[in-house]
Amino acid sequence: MNDLPLSVLLASVLATAAPLIIAALGETITEKAGVINLSLDGSMLLTAMVGFLVAYETHSFVLAFTAAAAIGALIAAIVGIFGIYLGQLQVAVGFALTLMCKDLAYFLGNPYSRLQGPQMVPMKIPLLGDIPFIGPVLFQQPLVVYFSLLLIAAVWWYLYHSVRGLELRAVGENPEAAYTRGIDPRRKQLLYTLIGGALVGIAGAAYSLDIKPGWGRPQGIEGLGWIALAIVIFGGWHPIKVALGALLFAFLQVFGITLQSYWPGIPAQVFQVAPFPLMILALVLVNLLQRDGVQRWLERRPGLALLLGKLRGAPPRALGRSFHPD
Amino acid sequence: MAVSTRLTPLWSRYATPLIDSLLILGIVFLFTSGLLLVVGTSPLEAYGHLMKGSFGSWSKFSRVLNVWIPLILCSMGLLYAFRTGLWNIGVEGQMVLGAIGATAMLRLGLDGGSPWLWLGLAMLAGMLLGALWALLAGWLKVWGGVHEIFTGLGLNFVAVGLVLWLIFGPWKRPGIASMSGTQPFPRELWFPTLEGWRVSPFAIGLALIVILASWWLLNRSRFGLNLKAVGRNPRAVPLYGLSPDRYLLIAIMISGALAGLAGMLQVSGVYHRLIPAISSGYGYLGLLVVMLANFRLLPIPFIALFFAALNVGSIQLPMMMQLDSSLSGVIQGACVLSALLVFGLRRLRQRRLA
Repeated sequence: MNDLPLSVLLASVLATAAPLIIAALGETITEKAGVINLSLDGSMLLTAMVGFLVAYETHSFVLAFTAAAAIGALIAAIVGIFGIYLGQLQVAVGFALTLMCKDLAYFLGNPYSRLQGPQMVPMKIPLLGDIPFIGPVLFQQPLVVYFSLLLIAAVWWYLYHSVRGLELRAVGENPEAAYTRGIDPRRKQLLYTLIGGALVGIAGAAYSLDIKPGWGRPQGIEGLGWIALAIVIFGGWHPIKVALGALLFAFLQVFGITLQSYWPGIPAQVFQVAPFPLMILALVLVNLLQRDGVQRWLERRPGLALLLGKLRGAPPRALGRSFHPD
Repeated sequence: MAVSTRLTPLWSRYATPLIDSLLILGIVFLFTSGLLLVVGTSPLEAYGHLMKGSFGSWSKFSRVLNVWIPLILCSMGLLYAFRTGLWNIGVEGQMVLGAIGATAMLRLGLDGGSPWLWLGLAMLAGMLLGALWALLAGWLKVWGGVHEIFTGLGLNFVAVGLVLWLIFGPWKRPGIASMSGTQPFPRELWFPTLEGWRVSPFAIGLALIVILASWWLLNRSRFGLNLKAVGRNPRAVPLYGLSPDRYLLIAIMISGALAGLAGMLQVSGVYHRLIPAISSGYGYLGLLVVMLANFRLLPIPFIALFFAALNVGSIQLPMMMQLDSSLSGVIQGACVLSALLVFGLRRLRQRRLA
C-alpha cells in the first residue's frame, strides 16, 4: 500500500486541512472579539448540505459557496444576538444550535442524499505547478486549498497589523475600555461573529463540494467542528498557530490511515478516535505551560522552554462574557 | 401601590412561566409548520403521525417510557453538574461506559449463578464505570485546566471507539462480528419486568426514586446548598471550609453514575445486548431537556416525556411520509432556542423596567 509517493501524501494533508483551517480561523476571529460560537459542528454539516444542494440545482459553485456562507453567518447571528444582546449563555445557544443544525441538515437534505453532484476539480497553477515535488504538493490543489493558505496570511495581517484588528482584539480583551474609547463593543462582536460564521459556512461547503464530495447520512464530517474548536485553543488564539494545529491534525489523519497498514493488529477504531485523546493531551500541555511551577522548571531548560514557549497562549479575557453598557 | 407590589410577585410567579411556555410552544409550532410546508408536506398530517406514533397505543406509549427513563437519569445527573457550574457534555460517553460495564458483568453471568446477583453487579459496574469516566473529565478540568466541554466530547468519541472495538474484537458474535452488536443475552439476564410489559415497571420506579432523591438532595439538603455555593462563587467557598474541587468532582461523578445507570438499563432492559449506538444520543438530548427546563428540576419529567414522545413518534415519519426522522431533533432544538429567546427577551424587559 505504501507505494504512494510522499508528495501525494503531503498534498492530501494540505487538502484535508483546508476546510479545518478555514473553519478554525473563522472561529479564531469570533473568539478574539470575545464571542464563543459553539455551533461549529452542526453549522458545518448544515452548510455542507446547503452547498451541495445549491450546486446540484444551479451548477454554480459561486452560488453554492455564497449560500453556504450566508447560512453560516445566519447561524452565527443567532449565537451573536442571543449571547451579546439578550445576555444568554453563548455556550448554551451554541450547543443547542449544534444539535439542531445537524438534524436540520439531515431532515432537509434527505431527498438529496447519495445523489451524484457536481464536484470541484484541482486547479493547476501554470509554471509553479510544474516544479518537481513542490508543484504537486502546493500548486496542483483545489481552489479551497489556495483560499485557506491565503486566509492564514490575511487573518494574521488583519488581527495584528490593522487598526480594525486592534479594535477587534480590544473588544475581546476589555470591552469596557473599548467602550470608553468610543467603540461599540456589541456591534463589533456581532460583526466578527457573522464573519466567523460565514467562514465556517465556506468550510462546510468545501467538504461537500471538494474534500469529501457528496451528501448523505452519515456525511463523514461529524465531529470535525469540535476538532476545529479545539484547534483554536490548541493554537492559543493565534491564526498562524491555529493553522499549524489544523495541519497537524490533518497530518495525523492522513498518516493514521497509512500507519494502519503497518500494524494490522491494532483495530481500525483505535486510529479513528486517536486524534481525540491526542487533542485532550495537547490542551492539557498548553494549560500546564501557564503554571508558575512549570514555568520555573522550564527556566532551567532554555532549549525546551523555547520550543514549548511557542505553544503558550492565553484566551481573550472577555471570551464568552456578555458586555452591557451600564 | 402597596397592594400591587404585594400582588405582582404572586401573580407573576404563576402567570410568567405559563405565558413563557405558551410563547415558546407558539414559536416552535410556527417554525416547524413553516419548515414542513417548505418541504411540501402537510404539517397537520406530520403532527398526527407524531401523536399516533407515541400515544396511539399502550405498546407505543411503553416505548416512549423506555426513552423517558434513560432521559430522566441523564437529565437528573446533569443537574448536579450544572449546580456547580460544570457543563458535563460527557454524559453521552459516561452512558456508553455504563453500558460496557454492565455488559462485562452480564457476560460473566452467562456461566451460571443467580441472575439477580449478576444484574445487581451489572448495575454497580455500570454506575462505577460511568462515574470513573466522568471523574476523568472532572480531573482533567481541575488538574489540567482543560474545559470540560472539550474533554467530555473527546471522551465521548473515545467511548464510541471503545464500543466498536469490543463489538468487533473481544466480544464479537460467534461467527461474524457485525454492527448489530454482541450476542443477545438469555432471558433470565434481562432487567426484570412484568408479564406483557414492554417497559419494566421496576425501571420506571428507579427513575421516580432518582427524581425524588435528587429533589431532596439538590433543594433541601446541606449538600445541595454546598453544590450551589461552589457554582455561584467558587472563590468564596474555601472561606466556609469547603473544597470547591472536591465538590466539582463529586457532582460530576454523580452525573456519570446516573448516566452509567442509564447505559446499564439500555443494555439489560431495552436492547439485551451491546450495540454501537447504545446511548442513542440521550446524553446530548438530556442537555437540551435541562436547558429547556431552565436548569430547574420540576419541569424535567414533563419535558423529558415530551421529548421522548417526539423521538418515538418520529420513527413513523420515514415510512408514512418519506420524511427523515430527524424532524424530532429539529423540534427539540427549536424548543430550546425559542426558550432561550423568550427568557432572554424577558430579562431584557426586566432590565429596561428596572
